Parts: sequence; C-alpha cells; structure tokens
Amino acid sequence: MANPYVRIDRVSKRYGDALAVNNVSLDINQGEIFCLLGGSGCGKTTLLRMLAGFEAPSSGALYIDGENLADIPPYERPVNMMFQSYALFPHMSVAANVAFGLEQERLARNEIDRRVAEILEMVKLGDYAKRKPHQLSGGQRQRVALARALVKRPKLLLLDEPLGALDRKLREHTQFELISIQERLGVTFVVVTHDQEEAMTLATRIGVMNRGEIVQVGTPREIYEFPATRFVADFIGSVNLFEGRLSEDEPEYVRISCAQLPAPVYIDHGMSAPPAADCWVAIRPEKIELSRTAPGTADNWAHGVVQDVAYLGDMSVYLLRLDGGREVRVTQANRTRKPEEQFKWDEAVYLSWDAASPVVGVG
Amino acid sequence: MRVRNLGRRLVVAVPMVWLLLFFLVPFILVFGISFSQAQLSIPPFAPLWEWVDHRVLALRVHLANYHFLATDALYISSYLYSLKVAAISTVFCLLLGYPMAYGIARAAPTARSLLLMLVILPFWTSFLLRVYAWIGLLKNNGVINNVLMSLGVIHQPIVMMQTDFAVYIGIVYSYLPFMILPLYANLEKHDRTLLEAAADLGARPWKSFLRITLPLSMPGIIAGALLVFIPAVGEYVIPSLLGRSDQLMIGRVLSDEFFENRDWPVASAVAIAMLLLLVVPIVIFQRHQGRELVHK
Repeated sequence: MANPYVRIDRVSKRYGDALAVNNVSLDINQGEIFCLLGGSGCGKTTLLRMLAGFEAPSSGALYIDGENLADIPPYERPVNMMFQSYALFPHMSVAANVAFGLEQERLARNEIDRRVAEILEMVKLGDYAKRKPHQLSGGQRQRVALARALVKRPKLLLLDEPLGALDRKLREHTQFELISIQERLGVTFVVVTHDQEEAMTLATRIGVMNRGEIVQVGTPREIYEFPATRFVADFIGSVNLFEGRLSEDEPEYVRISCAQLPAPVYIDHGMSAPPAADCWVAIRPEKIELSRTAPGTADNWAHGVVQDVAYLGDMSVYLLRLDGGREVRVTQANRTRKPEEQFKWDEAVYLSWDAASPVVGVG
Repeated sequence: MRVRNLGRRLVVAVPMVWLLLFFLVPFILVFGISFSQAQLSIPPFAPLWEWVDHRVLALRVHLANYHFLATDALYISSYLYSLKVAAISTVFCLLLGYPMAYGIARAAPTARSLLLMLVILPFWTSFLLRVYAWIGLLKNNGVINNVLMSLGVIHQPIVMMQTDFAVYIGIVYSYLPFMILPLYANLEKHDRTLLEAAADLGARPWKSFLRITLPLSMPGIIAGALLVFIPAVGEYVIPSLLGRSDQLMIGRVLSDEFFENRDWPVASAVAIAMLLLLVVPIVIFQRHQGRELVHK
C-alpha cells in the first residue's frame, strides 16, 4: 500500500495534568471516511482540532500528503472543518458564507460565483443563496456548513458530530447524502461522533477511542463482530458479557466455563492465552436463539424465564433472567406473524448460540 | 387574565407617567417658550396667548428666535464646533475603547470583573472633581509641564489649558466608560467558533477581525457612539473649565443666553434646535439599524 494520506504519529495532548490524547498513531487513506468514535471526553474532538490547527500537539506529529503540519497555522492548512454548531456567519447570506473561503484565496469574482453556485446546487440549496442563516432550518444550515467547507476543495474534511443536531428522520437521509457527496468529490473525511449508528453507516473505517487512546481500528463489521477489548464490545451495540475461565485451549477450539451459565461456552477458534486464564465472553443479543425445547447439545446453551418483552415491529427484544439469576438481552427478528414465534412473560425458554458467535478475550 | 393585563399596564404606566411629567411636559413648555418674545417681567417672556376683551383668544407665535439663530454667526459656529468636538471625541473614544473592551471580553473570567470594576471606578469620584483634576495636570505650572521641565525635555511650558486639545482630553477621559461598557457587552457574547471557522476557511486573524468581529460588534459600536456623541454635543462643564474662551460650545451658549442674558425664548430655541439636530439623524440611523437587526 502507498504511503498513508493522513498520518498521525505518536500524538499526545496534555492540558495541565490531564492527558486528553495519549500517544495516538493512526493512518488514514485517501478518499476514505474515517470515523473517530468514543464517548465524551475520550479525546476525539481534541484530535480533530489538532488536525484543523486549533490546538498544537504536546508531542508527536501530524502529516497530510507527506507534509508536516506542525508550523502551518489553521488558515494555511489544506484542511476544512464542519463545526458541530455549524459556526455559520450570522451577518452573511448563505452565498456569502460559502464564498468566504474562496475570497481568502483571492480568486476572481466570477470564478467564486461559479463555484459557490455549483456547490449550493450540489447540496440542493440553490434557491436559498440570498437567505441569512437564521432563515434556514437545521438541516439546511447543516448543508450550508458542509458546502462552505467543501467549496475550498480541501485535501481533508473534518466533521465534528455532523448529524448531531438533526432529528432522526433527517439524520438517516443526510447520512446517505453525505456519503454520496463524498464519493462524488473524493475528499477524505474524518468524522468525529459519539453515535455508533452514525459511525457504522458513514465510515469505511472506525477508530474507537477511550481515555485519549485508540483502542481499536477496523471496518464497522470488524469492530462490531470482532471487538478487540471488553470496552469496545460493550461500547458498540448492546452485548451480554460473561466472566469465565479458560478450561480447554486447543488450536481449533476453546471451551470456557462461566459461573453464570449452566453449560460451557464453546468457540470454534483457538486463542493464545495461559491455561486457566480469566476471560470475558461477549454474545450479541441477535445471535442468541430462543426455543421452547432443549437444544440437545452439551455446550452453548442456557435456560431462563422471560422477564420483559418489547415488541418493536421488525423485531422483539426479550429480557430474560437465567436460572443463575443473571439477566440477558436477546433480540429476535419477527419473520412471520405466527403467534407461536412470540414468547410471553414468565415463559421458560432455552437459549442457544452458534460456536462462531461469541467473542472471547483475556482479562 | 384581567388582573395580569392590569399588572402589565401598570408596569408600562409608571415609566410612561414619569416620562410624561418630567420629559414631555417640560419639553412642551420649552418648545412653547421658544416661540415667545423676551420681555422684562417674571417670567421673562411674553405669554403665547392672551384673552382679548375676555372673549377672543389671541395666539402670538414668534419665529424670530429661530431666524435669529440661523442668521447669527455665533450660533452657527457654536453648533458646528460642538458637532466637530463631539464627533472627534467619539472617534477617539472608539479607537481607545474598542481595544480595551475587546481585551476585557477576551480576558480570563476572573480578571474580567476586576477590569470592568476599574472601568467603572472613576464614577466613584465626582465628575466635576475629575475635570478639575485635569486642570491641575494640564496647566502651565501643572504636573505634566513640571515633570517635563524638570527632566529637561522642554524648557518652556506647553500651553495645554484653554485649547481644543484639553477639551478632547476631558471629553474622551470622561466618556470613555460609556463607550467601553456597551462594546464589552456586545463583544463578550461573540461566539468564538466563528473566528475558528474564519481561520479554518483561510482568513488571517486581521481579516477575521474585519469580516467577522467588527460587523458583528456594530450594534455595540453604535450604542457606544451614541452614548458618547449625544451628551458630548451638549457638554457644558468640560469646555467651560478646560476649553477656549474664543470659541464656545452650544451648551455654554445656551446657559449664557439663559442666565446671563435672561433671554429665555432664544435659549429655548437654541435647545430645540439642538434637539432636532441630534434627534433627526439618530432616528434615521436607528430605523436603518432596526431593519438590519429585525432578523437577529
């Protein structure tokens, strides 16, 4: 693979005693949508602001297209940012907001006008050029902010919680619009978000951050199906986590005994861990099968009682209490309308799962 | 609902009555007197209306006072001089006050209240005393001249008293807080991410200031400029104590007409003309401003 387009090399940021970003190294490829995902205070916004040039790293270096950004002030970086609050200039019209960045490049007036009209057409705001920001809806403002950042044709576009201020319907629509604009222009996006659903739909790759560190980098599928740590497993989606101990460790399989489960957990791949190590096992709610009859296998099952049912239309969420007292969350797709597919309150059920489904880690 | 309405009306009524009694009524009186004629009596002007034979009400309106103002060079030059002094003082207040207000608005929150306190602190001393203090500083054997002469920088005192310079010093010094406070109130509310956005879009700090901060602080600039300009036009104490004796400001002319000449009608006409001179541009200005601000 060629040199990475954006390189974050052992970057740390310290505020007094607090370490906001701790020794982060990250490579981002040209043309991808990279999402930094994490809770508030995990350092993702600080990292973004360092790329924009609003904060200087305490140590480490940032590169775009091979160029060290250290001594380049924000107004000379080939980077543009879409702010969480949009930061539209309230005293300027939509067109003037979008033209602002081009005017700083001292382009000819007709060239500016042409590019402003072009980008406003792309974000479907052609008719709103003369409006002031306060005359627009939230979604329209978001698109002005996007147009204003994109019109400069940056090498890198930074988006801080781009959909955070939109309502749910608009978010879903805007997500796909954002992807299609990104594909058309080929600009590299770095998106900061705390919303995993947003990260999953937008990103080609996700970097999960916790306490100033990158804990895992991968495609949305990798992050969800193969979380590297207990934190990632717990943070992305919902999950049932069990504590256990490694009882059998072979190259083709492992078996883990969990105090809260009646049967051992059997997983169809080996792991490198000391014998009898303490492990965690994560099983996603949708990967657990419910049935009224015993599964008839020695491993990978449990028994419990339905505590709560939430019928969501496309699926139902069950909260079960295992015989050992542990609560487990299970989701079942409602594939038919047959009533026997639904489980009732206080019904005793068997839980089972495939040997490929659980994720295991040491610690 | 009714009670609430009554409460609302009362809240509005109190200041209304106040303005009516202490602003509108005196204004109408002055306005009336300005159309009267001076005479030796108490009060020293002819009544505007009279009963002729107890049957006919005769109204005598004199326009001569206004005609007098418009033709006598003393009044015209005083008006122009007052406008000039007020305008230049306002510009200097703005040039000094803007960076100060900006600095306070950008200071750490703990330092901010202290700095604001320092701006307001002079008000704890009487205005008159502070202007007198400037005489002590500016006069020929005052503090400034003495220090400069003992240092050998100058050999003869610089004449500063009774000059335009002294009037500008006095007005700018006295009215600076009225410029700083509204500017500060405006600048303090600015969203700093706007400046980050401007920098992000390629604007250097100076450009960001001109295109973002300055236009957004326009309401503060206008408020501060009006608060300085309006009282400065009619300023009486500062030019009387520090200023030239050969060129009077209109406030001084007005008081001379009233107290020295006891010509109430002309004094009233001077006051009414000054009011018109100030009110007309201000109203036009505010209306224009209001249209711009309606959408904010």
